[in-house]
Amino acid sequence: MQLTPEEQSILGGGRGAAAQRALEYQIEVGRFWGAERFVPVTNVHMMGDIEVMGDAGLEFLRNEVKQFARCAVPTTTNARCIDFAHCERMGQDAGEAMKEKEIIATLRRMDVVTTDTCINYQTVYQPHLGEHVAWGDTGTVIYANSVFGARSNFEAGPAAFAAALTGRTPEYGFHLSENRGGSFTVELKAALNDLADWGAVGKLVGETHQNYYAVPVFHGYHRTPGADELKHLGVALASYGSMGMFHFVGVTPEAPSIEVALGGRISSERLSITDEQIEKTLSSFNLGDGDARLVVFSGPQQSLFEMKHLASLFKDRKVKPGSTCIVTTNSAILAQCRDLGYAKALEDAGVTILEGVCFYILQNLSPMRIANRWTNMVSNSAKIVNIIGAHRFNTILRRTADCVEISCSGVLR
Amino acid sequence: MSSISVTRAYGAVVEGEAVVSEEGFSPRYDLDRWTGVITKPGHKLEGTSIVDKICFFPAAKGGIAAGWAFYDIKWKKIAPKAFIFGVTNPVMVQGAIFAGIPITEGWDPHPREVVNTGDWVRVDPKRKLIEVLKSKV
Repeated sequence: MQLTPEEQSILGGGRGAAAQRALEYQIEVGRFWGAERFVPVTNVHMMGDIEVMGDAGLEFLRNEVKQFARCAVPTTTNARCIDFAHCERMGQDAGEAMKEKEIIATLRRMDVVTTDTCINYQTVYQPHLGEHVAWGDTGTVIYANSVFGARSNFEAGPAAFAAALTGRTPEYGFHLSENRGGSFTVELKAALNDLADWGAVGKLVGETHQNYYAVPVFHGYHRTPGADELKHLGVALASYGSMGMFHFVGVTPEAPSIEVALGGRISSERLSITDEQIEKTLSSFNLGDGDARLVVFSGPQQSLFEMKHLASLFKDRKVKPGSTCIVTTNSAILAQCRDLGYAKALEDAGVTILEGVCFYILQNLSPMRIANRWTNMVSNSAKIVNIIGAHRFNTILRRTADCVEISCSGVLR
Repeated sequence: MSSISVTRAYGAVVEGEAVVSEEGFSPRYDLDRWTGVITKPGHKLEGTSIVDKICFFPAAKGGIAAGWAFYDIKWKKIAPKAFIFGVTNPVMVQGAIFAGIPITEGWDPHPREVVNTGDWVRVDPKRKLIEVLKSKV
């Protein structure tokens, strides 16, 4: 890779041992992908909590602090695995909670802003067209590339952290214009009136095109989709298809037309999504033993408007005794929900609101499942339905109002 | 001796027993990260241990959290010896390099033509080559 004088200085230890190690690591990653140089980034979003990092990751961070590691650009954190206010009631380990607190304190010492959110793009930072960033999780990346027209690859925790220390990332993948053109088209003929429907589109398109560099071009939809709809579409594409980008003609900034979105290529494959396919997808989930006692609104965290909608659906209703309904969001949105009364409406209904976490990465989730004898997990998020399998949940995707009904009636349909 | 050329590669030379999967992989979605056994219900390798194996997967599945997961399983001594992907994504590569686990992408011919689960194989990232040293009888 070609290095600038500044990068050569970092490599020579000019910015300390931590930045030096980080750049050496980034060079190896860049070499793998054939990157010719680095690009400066303006913003980093990293995943770092005890559930995903383990003791090994914690030990790594401790060593980084000893070497005076410090962020070179604004850096925020993704959702974490423990809401300390609910730790004991959720049956999470006190010892792991201590480690989680140590991770948070350690990251702050290195100037990381611990926002603990996977919807930074809705609440913290919105990069502009062409802006290079280094983000993870996958949902944040696909939103940045697609909806903002910013440029990021999937940056795993260690990679995002390295970018935070050096202020740059290897130039490959979606940093390069040549990889941003669409590779096939998808006509949206379906009504798509619920977030679960948008997730189902992501499942249908992602599952059949598992490739980071596959870029679907959506077109033909009958109205303008909202931010939460694009969020659920994106997270599902990233999850089922490992995809990092999509275009939406007339909606996303690099897609004024199908032709421009395809970047001059001829689309070899033309798909369409109909109401019938969406219904078939929703009805394809195995109901297992019929257990309806766990409903989750998480993965990604809820936006203010999702919270408002849930509050209206749960108004004057109660989660069935013996059932659990969990909603996760970030601290900023929760504070607004407290002001606006949405949080009270949900809590009065018996809903558990967890702050700063994602259900999927909750510390101790497998033992928690066993202790509660949960077998099924019902959600309106196609992403979380897809990713939680290793914890041995049977998962079921349902529309938002149906999830609320299941939660209150205890009957799974 | 049968061999496979790979497109991109990182890491040291390693030898080990092959596990060949027809389904993609994520250490978060599919793997029990305390035993190294694939536990996702319905995964084509459900019940298979990947500890110390050389794992062939056609594709990578989503998941930023996989980046730390490789380092975590290496620390717990339940990591595979190498990951051989048909198509991978940046997270797998960033995670494997951080953990010091050899990783490759792209293959010719397709592993199903030359290697079976249980065969003994050598991965040579510098030469971008995988050799089948001994077939399982």
